[in-house]
Amino acid sequence: MPSDVLHVTIDRANGPESFEVPAYDNQTVLDVVSWVQQNADPTLSYRFACRVGMCGSCAMMVNGVPRWTCRTHVSKVTDGAAIHVGPLRNLPIIKDLAVDMDPFFDKWVAAEGVHHGGLTRDDSIAVVDEGSATRVEANAGIECINCSVCYAACDTVAGNADYLGPAALQRAWTLLNDAKDEGSVAILDAVSGDGGCHNCHSMGSCTLYCPNELDPMSAIAGLKRETAKNFFWRGR
Amino acid sequence: MLGLRLYMAQRITALLMGPFVLGHIAVMIYAIQGGLSAAEILGRTQGSVLWFLFYGLFVVAVSIHGAIGLRVIAHEWGRVQGRALDVLMWGMGLAFFALGARAVWAVTFAGVVT
Ligand code: SF4
Ligand code: SF4
Ligand code: FES
Repeated sequence: MPSDVLHVTIDRANGPESFEVPAYDNQTVLDVVSWVQQNADPTLSYRFACRVGMCGSCAMMVNGVPRWTCRTHVSKVTDGAAIHVGPLRNLPIIKDLAVDMDPFFDKWVAAEGVHHGGLTRDDSIAVVDEGSATRVEANAGIECINCSVCYAACDTVAGNADYLGPAALQRAWTLLNDAKDEGSVAILDAVSGDGGCHNCHSMGSCTLYCPNELDPMSAIAGLKRETAKNFFWRGR
Repeated sequence: MLGLRLYMAQRITALLMGPFVLGHIAVMIYAIQGGLSAAEILGRTQGSVLWFLFYGLFVVAVSIHGAIGLRVIAHEWGRVQGRALDVLMWGMGLAFFALGARAVWAVTFAGVVT
């Protein structure tokens, strides 16, 4: 049974709209948004899929901060009985709480965040040394769920539309350290351009807000080191 | 907006400026404690290749470093883009250089040459 009422404000096309939602003990922000859509206004648009923090599709701004809403408990983010939900920052809004993730994924590809294989089916599988320093670096960023929370948190993305952003650059760093990936030259070139890793101010909002506790800021610092080394040794 | 080359230019000039700033401050403290007058200071800097190189390189480093920094601020906070951004960066860099170079020339070789 609902013990109380939550005052929910949702940012929509025509401005903020308020709803009263029954409060439960164990309630996520996504539960609240779903309640509104199912019981108060069926035209409310939002996005989710897995509800267990795997798919990365449910991110929204919650009280001004980017969060994965399916795993964010209301009690953890609100002091009283009020909560403010809005579409993810730094991305074009499609409708209500659904944003267009295309720029985010386009930059993922622009950063060469794709597999660069060098072997054929006749070759044996590349040996991966789990204990090597490069594998440790690669493993550090591998659990990214493409939720765009870091992208929404990044002030450099907000000020510089071409900046590739933390998630894409972190994936570039992961692949650069992956023994199975042979795209190091392409990756280093891709992250050295006008929107590349050198625009990062290392302020760490990405690392602070990543729901999977990944550390894109340090990954980007790694890219800066590698590109600088390359600049001296190879002059590019 | 900030590629690898500009990034390296800004970092390398930052590295150069570290010792220059320390050297500059050390000389300032030393010169004032000894009660040197402007004429006495000029007496030591005029015609000095060493001081010309020290402050000349300092000015070059500051011009490059500052112009790139302003480029970033102008883009991220002022929404300046494209050609305008390049023009602003080069303009500020050359202006800084002109101001600094004029001063360095004045205290080193200006009186000597004329
Ligand atoms: S550390 Fe870099 S990528 Fe992360 S939020 Fe700051 S500027 Fe963006
Ligand atoms: S790095 Fe973290 S916040 Fe960014 S997209 Fe991946 S999981 Fe989400
Ligand atoms: S719904 Fe899949 S991560 Fe939240």
